[in-house]
Amino acid sequence: MEMPIPDSTVLARKIRVVERLRGVLPYDAVIDDPMETRAYECDALTAYRCPPMVATLPSSTADVSAILRICYEEGVPVVPRGSGTSLAGGALPTADCVILGVARMNEVLETDYDNRFVRVQTGRTNLSVTGAVESDGFFYAPDPSSQLACAIAGNIAMNSGGAHCLKYGVTTNNLMGVTLVQMDGTVVEIGGAHLDSGGLDLLGVICGSEGQLGVVTEATLRILHKPEGARPVLMGFDSAEIAGACVGDIIKAGVLPVAIEFMDKMLIEVCEDFAKADYPLCEALLIVEVEGSEAEINDQLALITEIAKRHNPVALRESASAEESARIWAGRKAAFSAIGRVSDYMCLDGTIPVSELPYVLRRIGEMSEQYGLPVGNVFHAGDGNMHPLICYDANKPGDLEICEEFGAEVLKLCVEVGGCLTGEHGVGIEKRDLMTHQYAPADLEAQMAIKDVFDAKWLLNPAKVFPLAVSQSRRGMPLAAE
Amino acid sequence: MVVKSEADIAAYVAAATGALVVRGGGTRSVGRPIDGAVLDVSAVSGISLYEPGALTVVAKAGTPVAEIEATLARENQRLAFEPYDLTGLLGTSGTSTIGGVLATNASGPRRIQAGAARDYALGVRFVDGAGNIVKNGGRVMKNVTGYDLVKLMSGSWGTLGVLSEVSLKVLPAVEDVRTLIIDGMTAEQAVGAMSLALGSPYEVSGAAWIDGAVWLRFEGFESSVAYRAKAVRDLLVGHGERRLSGDADWVQVRDAVPLHGAEAVWRVSVKPSDGPAVIAGLPGACTTMMDWGGGLVWIAQTGGDAAITHRAVQSKVATLGGHATLMKGPADLRAAVPVFQPEPPGVAALTSALRARFDPRGILNPGLMAA
Repeated sequence: MEMPIPDSTVLARKIRVVERLRGVLPYDAVIDDPMETRAYECDALTAYRCPPMVATLPSSTADVSAILRICYEEGVPVVPRGSGTSLAGGALPTADCVILGVARMNEVLETDYDNRFVRVQTGRTNLSVTGAVESDGFFYAPDPSSQLACAIAGNIAMNSGGAHCLKYGVTTNNLMGVTLVQMDGTVVEIGGAHLDSGGLDLLGVICGSEGQLGVVTEATLRILHKPEGARPVLMGFDSAEIAGACVGDIIKAGVLPVAIEFMDKMLIEVCEDFAKADYPLCEALLIVEVEGSEAEINDQLALITEIAKRHNPVALRESASAEESARIWAGRKAAFSAIGRVSDYMCLDGTIPVSELPYVLRRIGEMSEQYGLPVGNVFHAGDGNMHPLICYDANKPGDLEICEEFGAEVLKLCVEVGGCLTGEHGVGIEKRDLMTHQYAPADLEAQMAIKDVFDAKWLLNPAKVFPLAVSQSRRGMPLAAE
Repeated sequence: MVVKSEADIAAYVAAATGALVVRGGGTRSVGRPIDGAVLDVSAVSGISLYEPGALTVVAKAGTPVAEIEATLARENQRLAFEPYDLTGLLGTSGTSTIGGVLATNASGPRRIQAGAARDYALGVRFVDGAGNIVKNGGRVMKNVTGYDLVKLMSGSWGTLGVLSEVSLKVLPAVEDVRTLIIDGMTAEQAVGAMSLALGSPYEVSGAAWIDGAVWLRFEGFESSVAYRAKAVRDLLVGHGERRLSGDADWVQVRDAVPLHGAEAVWRVSVKPSDGPAVIAGLPGACTTMMDWGGGLVWIAQTGGDAAITHRAVQSKVATLGGHATLMKGPADLRAAVPVFQPEPPGVAALTSALRARFDPRGILNPGLMAA
């Protein structure tokens, strides 16, 4: 992976930068010992590592503003970091950067059930937002699989989705306002407890901008009352094509489940081994979940199973208890870690029109043969967001490169059939160099114009999202192969 | 100038030497009046792709909303965000287009539950102020590839670019609709009841206060609608006489029908519990209604000075948090006051810098959103 050459003039000013940061932060909030900065050398895309020059752990918006102001004046790149769970290398440091980690900022600032929102500091984890309101019956809807660990800051940066976004939408649909600190330290409030923007929808642009436009320190999030109940049904089929046809029929029938998840045989096996959810062993498994009262659940499931039966399922089983439902979801949400127990893997995240699912799955199977690397498929079938998991051996020289080439071909295929490179994980460094396959120069120019406005010096989260060659003149930095 | 294609839009914008007034169906005479050549995109029209199984429709910007809704209805689907039609309120003629809907982020009562137009926009193609054709997003339901210009274009009122094509997520239509009505409610009582209902698990898809009555809408399968409507009826015991209606006309709420005919109309978005405070602070004689559980306040001037009301509404909203837009008013008033809510300096700086980048010559609906 090509990364910019570290700026030697920045590295040479490390002592001065650390001194200035210590001038505004408590001693333990500035980490400059190379032994300790290594803790920040990567995120969940562990294939790429680079310790930062310095790491900072602010406790407030004022701290963040002070850090950014200093870095702005010193010309030091800043890599914002939530919990470091990015699968796309969204928080990968550069050697000359200051990491700005928001982990210490995890307070709930305001809870308003009448108006159905919470305001939190963004270092708070996704699941603990729900944790703060669930005793009163409420929840925060976006539920990425990493929700136990991932921070709201990262959710906003990547516009994270989750299994239940078919009904509830992704982060951007549940985000009402942010406190944004710009690279020069300016603090702006965007949005709030009201709906929609009276002017340009800056909130919509900030969400999903991968930490490149500013650091979001506080967020107003929409909360909802929990449904009365929820129940998944498991459906096994003889092929992915049949499962795909069943998904299409469910959607066309006018019933909108909260989630429709797909797993192929490889994933069924590893997830079953991990979660003991009693998944039926078959070629293609669907987990379809509906919500409501007991009677509503029964009605919806009756309709859904009637549709499923038309597709000759090899297994069809409703969850019989809350415990079983929890195991069914635990298996699905642990898919990545479950496969991680048996192999190194690379997780893709392309989205395709659902009608193309059978074709794309067949092509991935063919490529798997061609590249000699096994692939497991697990994804959000209702919205076409695929997660092919390509297995490789990190200790075998050349295997990672073959895996990356294979992955790139799959993502190009996603774009070819009318889809996109990433549905919910973000571009990061991982898909950065494929952006030119999805977007023409004018399209990228329009996106970079936004970056110019928010971060004129291009210091925030460097080397992500835009191919280095495309952004080179803006960054004003030389290129080098790692 | 009536253009026929995206390429025509690009050529026309690139060659333009002065201000352009971007027009779809011509139904939205909102904003500061602009002197300029009309760029009429209504002929850039037609549904390019509709996949019911993928819940996706792609249409050229000039496509009439009615055409899209009719096409979706044949597959028992619909636009979930319930776009409003302003012709009755503004006294305009013409046909609302899908480009106009997205450019103004026009959303109706279901916004409180299902989201706004911007939440259903999957992709856009547009021509920026220099004549460049730009695409962003696509036609798939989840897409975080690069920055989200789809949201930026939504609600930008044609000031950043001229939309040429939009792709939208659609949803299944519903089997049944019922409305729980409570008559004779004050604004405070209404918000109290609506907040209880919206904070319940019973999936209220509309919560409005119209002609002094609270309307709570339930949609879905028949048995489910009956069950949820009854559950909320029980939940609201002590909140007045509740009756169930099968024929409440939500177009009345969506298009603010009770305010039609007024000379000056404001649309105000605040935190739902602040709705009554906005109404209580009005200086002149006004007719009001609320949607979105109190979070959307419609105000129509029935007597007194609209300029005074305008200042009062926008300054009240500035202290509460939110925004007030003068949706209808005499041209001289719209030329004299900030039609859109003035933004705090930091936000205004970002907004004007973005405009300068997307429309460097300042020719696209210049000043329309000026605050």
